[in-house]
Amino acid sequence: MSVLVFIDHSEGQIKKTSHEALSYGAALGKQMAVPAEGVLLGNVQEDLSSLGKYGIQKIHQLNQESLNQLDAEQYIRIISAIAESSGATVIILSHTNTGRAIAPGLSARLKAGLVTGATELPQTVNGFSVKKNVFSGKAFCTVSIKTPIKIISLNPNVFPVITGSGAAEIIQENIKLNPSAVSIKSVSKASGEIPLTEAEIVVSGGRGMKGPENWGPIEELAKLLHAATACSRPVADAGWRPHHEHVGQTGIAIAPNLYIAVGISGAIQHLAGVNRSKVIVVINKDPEAPFFKSADYGIVGDAFEVLPKLIQEVKKLKGLA
Amino acid sequence: MHIMKILVCISKTPDTTAKIAFTDNNRKFVTDGVQWILNPYDEWYALVRAIEIKEKDPSAVLHLVTVGGADYDVVIRKALALGGDEAIRINTEPGDSFYVANQIASIAKAGGYDLILTGKETIDYNGASVGGMLAALMDLPFISLAAKLELSGDTVTLVREIEGGEETVEVKLPLVVGCQKGMAEQRIPNMKGIMGARSKPLKVVEPVASESLTEILSFELPPAKKGVRLVPADNAEELIRLLHDEAKVI
Ligand SMILES: Cc1cc2nc3c(=O)[nH]c(=O)nc-3n(C[C@H](O)[C@H](O)[C@H](O)COP(=O)(O)OP(=O)(O)OC[C@H]3O[C@@H](n4cnc5c(N)ncnc54)[C@H](O)[C@@H]3O)c2cc1C
Ligand SMILES: Nc1ncnc2c1ncn2[C@@H]1O[C@H](COP(=O)(O)O)[C@@H](O)[C@H]1O
Repeated sequence: MSVLVFIDHSEGQIKKTSHEALSYGAALGKQMAVPAEGVLLGNVQEDLSSLGKYGIQKIHQLNQESLNQLDAEQYIRIISAIAESSGATVIILSHTNTGRAIAPGLSARLKAGLVTGATELPQTVNGFSVKKNVFSGKAFCTVSIKTPIKIISLNPNVFPVITGSGAAEIIQENIKLNPSAVSIKSVSKASGEIPLTEAEIVVSGGRGMKGPENWGPIEELAKLLHAATACSRPVADAGWRPHHEHVGQTGIAIAPNLYIAVGISGAIQHLAGVNRSKVIVVINKDPEAPFFKSADYGIVGDAFEVLPKLIQEVKKLKGLA
Repeated sequence: MHIMKILVCISKTPDTTAKIAFTDNNRKFVTDGVQWILNPYDEWYALVRAIEIKEKDPSAVLHLVTVGGADYDVVIRKALALGGDEAIRINTEPGDSFYVANQIASIAKAGGYDLILTGKETIDYNGASVGGMLAALMDLPFISLAAKLELSGDTVTLVREIEGGEETVEVKLPLVVGCQKGMAEQRIPNMKGIMGARSKPLKVVEPVASESLTEILSFELPPAKKGVRLVPADNAEELIRLLHDEAKVI
């Protein structure tokens, strides 16, 4: 019996969400008194044995260059094989774009009950159940998994990265790859930008910003805070901002530590994508804007006057002014 | 010539503005007064893209499938009003994602579909699971989070979202695709569509034997927000101080 954590990486770096998943897997292993192990497909720059610091005993690696790109069916086949040979009873992934591509297939293949978007450690004393987000962040539910093998995909930014000391044993797996049914023609990654789903701080603008030419202060504030930028749906639809910045019910759902909403009214469909943020700041000139009801802090005022002042104060805080 | 067969998986969800409340010891979602809609990802992206394909190739066959009781009929008729030749309702309470995927798989295998489209996720359960499970059960490739889909003969070119960016991939039919924003533009059914939908076949079939692997035990609402703390517009300094010292987020 063991907990097996899938470790995702990109450009030679292990994803932050995987550090969270490793910490979660190790905590679960401790709770269930079974070892926690990791599986990494492809290769990364860092020394894998150092992942022991998260409380991981073994790392199974299949060191094949071609696996550095997401190949869902291949991943599913390999992770299933390693889960079976290592006797894993719980498999942990992150509920990210990669996790979404492979967790359901793993579940069907192993006939293992799956809970996506988990927000807490499972309860394992009486059965096995885990809490997840439902209704697009408006509620939670607790789901019991009834199968011998259980699969959980963990929401990003809900579980802390916990480090200690220790070295993991590396096990080189030898599994033959199949020809892939999906051929990758091109990959484009927004370099330099902080991916929205991984950002700890997000600065977001709505229709109140009036036009694309006014985004300078939003970008400047974001840069100062090492934040990602986001926007409301009408802003993306109007082409003021790229589509991948659209958050909400029909865009992406995020859960940063801090979400700063500027000139956004706070429609329920917008909230559905951001209400899991730990702290929400709203800047809106209308004191009746619904967003204030969901905010922790707010300023009633004109964005074009407030933003420059905020930028100035952040500069002071960071010792830049 | 091969006739293209498309299957779109349709689920129903509470309207996006529905009040979320629970009863029966937090075990049941309160459905009184709730308006049911087509899950937006299924409607705007999966179904509309399928309709566009059929508009370009009128010989294509477009079927819709839903797993649910008679209460799903209203929603599946709405889908038919947008487009599609016929709908199949698998007459059973949808259990968990694995149960639903197994039901759809039985229809999909028998129907010999080339292209199976699902939404990225349902906006109530947020499982993001049925499409990937269905593909695995049918031994087909699955493209998750697809934002574009172009067909050329039996080759499908898709743009899908991956970690930190996007990727263009090529896959041969048949396959399963999870659709999201970018696939198509929202449409509103017209009068002709609504009238026409009434005479389109809605086949009701009985479920195959399958099981759920998971079970919802209870629901809960997030703790209420404490209420907003307003800072005067001319005191940005105070807001930054609060975020730094009190909330400790910057
Ligand atoms: C099924 C469905 C799904 C949807 N999905 C999404 C989604 O995923 N994401 C999303 O965002 N929306 C979504 N919407 C749209 C949503 O309902 C709202 O229409 C949208 O969020 C409004 O965007 P906004 O707040 O930018 O614009 P508006 O509602 O126009 O609000 C602009 C705000 O800016 C303020 N303002 C104006 N000038 C200034 C100024 N100078 N300084 C400060 N404040 C100012 C105004 O007071 C106002 O509150 C969806 C709608 C539907 C029906
Ligand atoms: N009861 C259902 N009947 C038909 N299709 C469904 C059903 N539930 C989910 N789906 C499809 O599977 C997708 C993902 O659903 P889920 O895994 O529940 O988030 C949805 O967008 C639908 O396309």
